Amino acid sequence: MRPGIVLRPAVILLLLALVLQPEWFEPVFAPLAPEGAPVIYARSSLLSLSLSHLGLVAAATAAATLVSVTLAILVTREAGAAFRPLSRTVTNMGQTFPPVAVLALTVPALGFGAGPTLVALFLYGLLPIFENSIAGLSTLPPATIEAARGLGLNRRQRLIQVELPLALPVILTGIRLSVVISLGTATIGSTVAARTLGEVIIAGLLTSNTAYVLQGGLIVGLFAVAVYDALTQLEARLARRSRATSTP
Amino acid sequence: MIEIDRITKVYNGAPAVDAVSMTAESGTITVIVGTSGSGKTTLLRMINRLEEPTSGEVRINGESTLSTKPHLLRRRIGYVIQGHGLFPHHTVARNIGAVPRLLNWPKDKIRARVDELLTLFSMEPEQFRDRFPAELSGGQQQRVGVARALASRPDLLLMDEPFGALDPIIRARAQDDLRQIQRALGSTIMLVTHDMEEAIRLGDRVAVMDEGSLVQHGSPAEIVARPASPFVADMVGGMERPLRLLSLVPLSEVVEDGDAPGDALPEDCSLRDALSACLWTGRTAVPVEREGALIGRVTLEAIRARAELSA
Repeated sequence: MRPGIVLRPAVILLLLALVLQPEWFEPVFAPLAPEGAPVIYARSSLLSLSLSHLGLVAAATAAATLVSVTLAILVTREAGAAFRPLSRTVTNMGQTFPPVAVLALTVPALGFGAGPTLVALFLYGLLPIFENSIAGLSTLPPATIEAARGLGLNRRQRLIQVELPLALPVILTGIRLSVVISLGTATIGSTVAARTLGEVIIAGLLTSNTAYVLQGGLIVGLFAVAVYDALTQLEARLARRSRATSTP
Repeated sequence: MIEIDRITKVYNGAPAVDAVSMTAESGTITVIVGTSGSGKTTLLRMINRLEEPTSGEVRINGESTLSTKPHLLRRRIGYVIQGHGLFPHHTVARNIGAVPRLLNWPKDKIRARVDELLTLFSMEPEQFRDRFPAELSGGQQQRVGVARALASRPDLLLMDEPFGALDPIIRARAQDDLRQIQRALGSTIMLVTHDMEEAIRLGDRVAVMDEGSLVQHGSPAEIVARPASPFVADMVGGMERPLRLLSLVPLSEVVEDGDAPGDALPEDCSLRDALSACLWTGRTAVPVEREGALIGRVTLEAIRARAELSA
């Protein structure tokens, strides 16, 4: 029996319990809280913080995917090849710029709240998706692409019916990396008043309440594990069909 | 009828194909044979405009290929490449139905055509329709590749080293199948290969290319018996020429009355097969049969006479 069969439901159940019934864990976290301080974070509902956290990550990743994949399609066409180094530099900058610095710079323009966090996550998420999309679109089996031209598919049909579906597993890997990074990074959004699970961690840090820190960190970590696992399975399912493809 | 009219392709100032003209009758197989870099693949790819000719033109049944948009032209021309190029994410049925789908055939017509082709290639439709290419053997993948190219009943079938990725036994079978299917459907085929053996075996006409030029174009027997240049003679393989010639002559042409000992050969075997049988079993003649009935014999003497006559 594979460990995933037991571990997967266990992770999901633990996550649901932590988010929906946090008071169950009071005895576990109690030794970590300072004397007389509350053990379980109750200033706002963990469920609504989780949903808002996931929503931010989903929105930022969706935007990053749209931009990265579009850009990768353009620079892997013959006409766009010249722009490949430039677009690589731009997306690399997005990755090297620390998200904290992005928050600091965007708050004056966008104000406090979700806006700066979205921008930071979007910029941070571009690189893995872009690089993987380029890799996926430029390492397609040459015989298949040649055959697609030879059969009379036009450029758009080749892209939509052949190139994107074949590159999809690799693109999804990029999206998975980006989502996992964003799930962790989103926590710092709470320093500029975005509603994320970071709120719990930051409250814990400000009041020296390790129970809060651990509670917030655990939920974020479990979300990352669950999402990573779900996307990995999706990729495997997609790749299984086209694996061991045409012999070159 | 396919007319290639002074077609030329220049890369960086050097001609890869230099003013090649050739005509192929409908319902025949023309095999273009040459070494690598001879321009044979470029010539083939200019017919369906995967390469644009620098000058010259190709006419299919009188109509210039330049008068249609390239992707629309290609839907009328079947194309088979080495390593089959099947879509790995589509089932066998979707692969075969690719061009009919581009041509907006109704669904049930596509399904009927797919089943018809699978049956023609001796692949049980029930069993193979929904498989993915990765689940097929090399020979089956290759057959699906040819079936896909034939799906819309194209005017012309182009094949670029179609059997190059197959092992020798499967290759010989694939060649026989192709010959049979071509006879049954009356397809016009242009096939590129570097293998003279394959050219002689499959071609009604053989075109030999060297350094971008067409050096000889004729029947396999002409190419073997009267090579136009030392290069062609070399391609045919000097020492083996008599054997190649014998492989082109069926027993039915030299059968004579009389008896011979041992197992009989069918009349559509070649003299080369008969020679081989004689040498192997130490006989001086082999009996010949037609549909199981003896019709005479072929003697070593007659085989030798035939080889000398043609040389």
